[in-house]
Amino acid sequence: MRSSLISNRLLMILLAVLSFAAMQAFAESRYVTENSQAASMESCVAPTDLMRRNHMDFLQHGRDDTVRDGVRGLKYSLAECIDCHASRDAKGQAVSVTAEGEFCQACHGYVAVSPACFQCHRTTPDESGSGKSLGYRLDGHSRALDMQQPAGR
Amino acid sequence: MSNKSDQPSVERRQFIGGTLAAAGALTLAPGVILHAAGSADKTTSGASGEHRWGMLIDANKCADGCSACVDACNSEHGLTDLGRPETDAVWIRPVKLKDKQTGHVDRLVMMCQHCEHPPCVDVCPTNASFKRIDGVVLVDRHRCIGCRYCMMACPYKARSFVHEALSEQSVAAPRGKGCVEGCTLCVHRIDAGEMQTACQEACTREGHNAIVFGDMKDPDSEISRILKSHNSVQIRADLELNTGVRYLNL
Ligand code: SF4
Ligand code: SF4
Repeated sequence: MRSSLISNRLLMILLAVLSFAAMQAFAESRYVTENSQAASMESCVAPTDLMRRNHMDFLQHGRDDTVRDGVRGLKYSLAECIDCHASRDAKGQAVSVTAEGEFCQACHGYVAVSPACFQCHRTTPDESGSGKSLGYRLDGHSRALDMQQPAGR
Repeated sequence: MSNKSDQPSVERRQFIGGTLAAAGALTLAPGVILHAAGSADKTTSGASGEHRWGMLIDANKCADGCSACVDACNSEHGLTDLGRPETDAVWIRPVKLKDKQTGHVDRLVMMCQHCEHPPCVDVCPTNASFKRIDGVVLVDRHRCIGCRYCMMACPYKARSFVHEALSEQSVAAPRGKGCVEGCTLCVHRIDAGEMQTACQEACTREGHNAIVFGDMKDPDSEISRILKSHNSVQIRADLELNTGVRYLNL
């Protein structure tokens, strides 16, 4: 009886230690793809946890402002997500964010969602220059660096 | 902005993450309010009812055989020619009108007329077709269900339906299969403060100067001055749609 109590306790401690390690790994993980602009940056335009949880709401809110009211240069922009998170292959070619294992696909695949964004929105940075006049990339991505660091990071 | 209510809040997760990180000898700074310092200054105020964007096309100057405006529109918005004229998207197209009695031929370009009272908006069941406060008529592809009522309602045959899956769209014009689309008056340029459409730019570059774009509410704009001093027409003026695209010498 007593020995089983001890082993229970040991089990609890073991579990606690394991979950501690897992959560710490989670808290410190970065979830960006190698060779993307995002990999070289401290954080996203908002704290990573917030973005991970709410990016779809941020984008959905902004899309009406932009399409229907012509408000541009919003903080949350799908085009900017793609510019920053698309990784580059060995030749320097941008890889689609919806390709296997890439930034958008990896997570959407993991949680089994298929958002319709990419039926209309391109999945690599637009390097043709046709979006120049959109205004949102006038000063690159300096804006994302302006922010304070999230707590505990 | 609502968080997903069936999940623990981000703040709580941050607290847990932060506490654990603190145990790992990092400082926890709870209650830090995050804001992107530079986020507001680049946000534009959006479309304004003080303008009404319009276009004036001079049929005398529109040159036979020229396709500069069409090509410019296609490249600006990433409209790819799939070699299927029946279904390829067309936002602007040259039209020839022949007077059968006299044999006189007029050439002009036709696109969405950006009606003040747009029938496409009247019929759209989802509010995807809409008129911006500055008079630009657009399709909100986030809402369009591809029913194509608007295409039937439009007296000018100005809209196209996207029949095939697309990729590598222009960042200036996200577009995809199953949605209806048409001339946007280069709304991305308007919003960026660039007062020239792609078609006008190309026409001017070719030396034809058949297209003038501008603000019809500003009495000093070039388009307003020409409209005041010349006799322009609206195509199918009898429908009383008060089009934003007008024609000279027709
Ligand atoms: S021309 Fe056609 S598509 Fe354009 S606003 Fe008028 S009815 Fe709508
Ligand atoms: S095709 Fe789209 S924009 Fe046209 S009427 Fe139907 S829902 Fe509206």
